[in-house]
This record gives sequence, C-alpha cells and structure tokens, in this order.
Amino acid sequence: MRLLTHNMLSSNIKGVSNGFPLRIEVEKVVEKQVDFNADFLRNMFPKIEWKAFVDAAKTVGYAELPEEVESSALESEEFLNKFHHALLELHLEEGALVCPETGRRFPVSKGIPNMLLHEDEV
Amino acid sequence: MWYLCMFFHRLLDYRKAEVESLAQLFLDGKDNWSSLEWRLPLHHHPDSPFHYVNLPSEDIARNIANRSILVKGIYEIWGEGSSYEELEECIRSYPDERKLPYLEPGTTFKITVDSFGKVISFQDQNDRIKRFTYIPFKGQVNLKNPDHKFWVMETDDYGSSNGLPPVEGRRIFFGREVGGANRSLLPTYQLKSRNYLGPTAMDAEMAFLMANQALATPGKLVYDPFVGTGSILVAAAHFGAMTMGADIDIRVVRDGRGPDCNVWSNFKQYGLPMPVGLLRADNNLPPWRPGLKESVLILFLVNPDSRLYAREADKIIRCLDVAVLLGHLKKLRGEMLVGFESQFPGSARGVDTTGVLLKSHAILSQFGVHAKVHEHVLNGLLSSWLGLGKVFDAIICDPPYGVRAGGRKSGGRKLLKGTVDPYTVPDDKRTDHIPSTGAYSLVECVHDLLDLAARMLIMGGRLVFFYPVLREDDNVENHFPEHPCFKLIATSEQILSSRYSRVLLTMVKISPYTEEIAEAARIKHIDFRENHLKWLEDGNLHSAVFSPDPQLTATGDSKLGKEPKPKYRGKYV
Repeated sequence: MRLLTHNMLSSNIKGVSNGFPLRIEVEKVVEKQVDFNADFLRNMFPKIEWKAFVDAAKTVGYAELPEEVESSALESEEFLNKFHHALLELHLEEGALVCPETGRRFPVSKGIPNMLLHEDEV
Repeated sequence: MWYLCMFFHRLLDYRKAEVESLAQLFLDGKDNWSSLEWRLPLHHHPDSPFHYVNLPSEDIARNIANRSILVKGIYEIWGEGSSYEELEECIRSYPDERKLPYLEPGTTFKITVDSFGKVISFQDQNDRIKRFTYIPFKGQVNLKNPDHKFWVMETDDYGSSNGLPPVEGRRIFFGREVGGANRSLLPTYQLKSRNYLGPTAMDAEMAFLMANQALATPGKLVYDPFVGTGSILVAAAHFGAMTMGADIDIRVVRDGRGPDCNVWSNFKQYGLPMPVGLLRADNNLPPWRPGLKESVLILFLVNPDSRLYAREADKIIRCLDVAVLLGHLKKLRGEMLVGFESQFPGSARGVDTTGVLLKSHAILSQFGVHAKVHEHVLNGLLSSWLGLGKVFDAIICDPPYGVRAGGRKSGGRKLLKGTVDPYTVPDDKRTDHIPSTGAYSLVECVHDLLDLAARMLIMGGRLVFFYPVLREDDNVENHFPEHPCFKLIATSEQILSSRYSRVLLTMVKISPYTEEIAEAARIKHIDFRENHLKWLEDGNLHSAVFSPDPQLTATGDSKLGKEPKPKYRGKYV
C-alpha cells in the first residue's frame, strides 16, 4: 500500500465520526522504483491532506517532507522528487491501519489493506 | 473541415461514441468546441461504416484515428460519386491547393482499393487504380512505407448478409488517409495471452473502448471498484493513466494464483506501470475519507443566507491557495459550464467563467467580505468546481449483475435476511475473524456506484460502466439509472444472448455533491438494508436470463418453436 492510498482511506465503522487519518502500524516497508510523472504529481498534490501525509511518511521512516507547503513548491524539482518518493515509492507491505477512534486494526498483508468491516461494525 | 470516417463493421453502437469521446479528449480546453457534427454519405444507412465527421484540424483527426479502436481510417475526401466518371469529375474539381502538396516529386505514395460488402479481384483492383491517371502524381510509388496513402473505397450491392438494408446505389470514395486505428495492440492484449484471468475478465477490445470513453490519459487517476483481475485497468494504464482498484474478494486482489499470476503480474506482463493502489473494500460501505472540504464553499455560494456555511467557508478560505486556480481555469469548458448554469441561472452558456465570477462577487459583497478574501473564495469556488479535493478523474467498471457473477456486500446472508439477530464478534476472535458477506442486488449496486462516483469524481470526470438490460422490452432507452450529479452522454449496446444485452453507459459529472444528495443516498442505503429480500428479488436478472423458455417447455420440442434471432442488431435495422 502506498501513502497515496493511505491518504484517501478512512475508517468507516458505524458510529465513527472522524476515521481519518488511520494510524499506521509498520511491520515491513519496501521501496519500489516508480517512473517519475510530474503531471500526475501536480494533479494529485491538491488532493492530498498534507499533514496526514507528512505524518504517515514519518511513520514509515521518511522525514524529508516539509511540514507545511504551498502549491508554488510544485515548481521545485527537489520537492517533486521527495513528493514522488513519499507518495508512490514507499510501500507498506505488512502491517496495519488503525482506526483513530476505536482502535480497530485493518490488516495490511502483501501490500493490500483489508478494509472490510465485521458484522457488528456495519 | 469534413472528413470521411470509415469504421470497422463491428460494435456499431460504440463507434460514434468513441470518436466523440476522443474529440473531447483532444479538443478539451480549445475554444469554440461543443460537440461533433456528423453527416451520412448519399444513400447510406446510419449503420453503414461510412460517416462524414466535421473536425477542426487534420492533427485532431489524426490523433483521434490513431488512438481509436473502431476507426479503420479517417480520410480527406477528394471526390465521391456513383460511378467512376462522376468520381473523376469530382476529383478534378477539388481545389488544386488541397491536392498538389501531396502529389509533389520526391514524395512517395500508394493507392489501396477497398470495398465494403464485396470482394474485388486483384486484376479489378489494378484496373481501378489505372483509371486515376488523370491525377497528376509526380511522386514515386512505395507500397511498404509511403508518405501519402490514397484510398479508393467502394460500396456496392452486398445483399443482406451483414444485416444492413439493401444498398440503394453504388458509392465510390477517393481520399487521402489522415490516420487509422492501431489494432495491433489487440492481439498483444488479448485475453488468451493474459497470465491471470478470472471468469468475467473484460475482453481487451471492450476494455480499450471503455478506457477511451473514460478519457484515460497520462496524469489522470482512474478507479475500478470491482477490479477483479484488473482487465479494465490494464487498458487505462496502456493509455498512460494511473490506476487504482478495489474488490470485495480478497483472494483476487491479494493472492491471485501465485507470485507471478496476480493483478500485479498482468500489468508487469505488458510493461505497464503498476496500479497505485489495490485494496479490499466493499462498495456498499466504501472506506474513502469524506471530501467535504470544498463542497461547503459551494453550499455557501448557493445558499448565501446561511450564516453557518459562511463561517465554515471562511475557515476554508484561509487555508486556500490563490495560485491553484490559474492553471485550471483554462480547462473550464463545455460540460462543466452546464453545471455552472444550473447553479447560477444568470450566467448564460458561453459566458465562460466571467459571469460566474461576477455573480459570486455579488453574493460575497452582501456580506461585505474583504476584497482580498473575494479572490480567495473565487479561487476556492473554481478549484472546487474543478474537483480539487475530489480524487478520481474517472471511474470505469463492469459491476456484477448477478448473471455470470453475483455481487456481494458486507453483512452475513442470514443477518441480511433477518433469520439471525445482530450479534457482536467476541473480542478474542476479532483478530482473524472473517466477515461474512451476503448477496448484493443490482439495483443497490448501481445506486452505490453512482453515489460513490458523485462523491469521488472531479467535476467533468467520467463514470463509465456496463448496465444489463433484458431484451424482451425493446425500448431500453428510458430505463437507465440517473443521478442529479451526472449527465448521460453515451449509451452503447452489446448483445450478449437472445435474452439480454449490456449497455455501456458514459456519464459526466456536471454538478457538485451536496449535503441534500448525501442525505438522500443515506436514506436509500437504509431502505436497501431494511428491505434486503425485496430488492434482491426485484432486480434478479439471473432467472430472467437462465430460466427455460415457457413456450419451449409447453410444446416439448425445442426445435419447433425456435426462431433464428439475428446475431447482428443495429439500432435502426
């Protein structure tokens, strides 16, 4: 699971009012090289919740991202490279996503988050 | 300029829709463009493979033809006629300045004779080519790799074997090829060469058509909520889009059939970029974070009397960035304007954003908001119309209709039926608990899909999906699902059996997702949950498609009562 996916997911358990962002429990993180695509990064940038993204990147061991950022940063190649790396190249291979309100663990195995709810959570 | 577009004679309903979508893709943001004009050649039937289409430039025509799947070629027609004499007259009178650049010495050319519905022998082809000595070709013939390709295309009496009505008169076209489909990618991607297949993997040709309808292109993010083996996303990835997929069946998305036989390997096989995300999720209860950030601004501008919205909007304004707007303004054309109109009736079509800006200014002025803030609000307004904060550029999928594969959703079978009471999973069994799933009716599935798309798509984003229809009721047009956020722009039918067909629906998001719509969706969601059995029976296609024909069982002889149904059915035949 890439951090892009993490940034879009929230806990949708019944009764949970703020399930975003999910806390990340890391067991194994892998890096996979991905072709750089500046258009895609510019397209995605405004859709990202930046604080959640920076925190998630730190959790998986990448602390190079600025805490606060403006869209003018997209002009900088250095920033784009960091953004690209954090958004697309870091994978949570094994671990879990944890609901911030209830503490429910959504397991991530083989890079696939399992977001299906139990019978008593729907 | 008018060009002749010759289609492959297949998937008739999909042909024009594809060209129109590609025109949208290549013309987006260009001025004065709204929709394509079509015209039929003399005596031609709408299902004929020959259509004239008006395109603004040759580059556009070439781009459309080369990216398409069903366009055999787009041609600049130098002449047409009912006989070769008439054709000659027509070609001679075609302006020289359009012809001579392609006839110059030093260029190479080739003439191909093509026909629809009949075979022309090699000898006859040569005879026909030799008639064109009146065109002053100065270049060299090169059959393998010519600079300019010329085509002679004939339609003649082809009987009724192809399902079209008899030809009223012979028609001959002569023209210069501008571009043509690259169908060589179909054998590359054909399903039988695919490593990982499921029972409902999407045929490669159809997947490419879907990707074209969804305007898949580099820089975009395309989502398939019923991803399965990824067969639709492969096509979108081929056109450069980033992809993301979800499925309720964890075996498909996580395990596949082994380390080199899974969704990832299907992308690797063709050297395509991997999906940016695959996850297990239930489309009935999608786990996406709410993107309500921007819609408050819309609500504020639509309901300027509400103090609550004003306060919320003000909070957001403070976080917004002015620079975001400018790069996106130029994209604001066509379909998006329709959305603007419905919210701002004062701004007429074609007034572009200025009208909207003025209107918004007026609304804001009522509050006496600081001028600097105006700018921010307007930026925010426009960027939210353009869907910043919304995630997907397109959603493409083939939802489970319950014929070949049935849908599943969270909640056990017995739980949904009400035969067992709701229960709590004991704490010690939670960790490895496997949640049960129950049947998912088509109606609910489509409702959830539209709701998800309305929430997650950017403005102008496309939802492309198959919808099954029974063939008994021949008037299928009026039965398609609707949603206040979407405009249906194309319907293309593909007949699957004598009982049912599937229709590819292409919808465009033209209006923002408001709280009213969210609330209506929530109520509907509860209704589906409470009346699970009723909905399941109402939308049951499986029995309609597979139950034995009552007439046949009555006579007892299946051969007697059987009428051969045509395999081909165009819209007008």
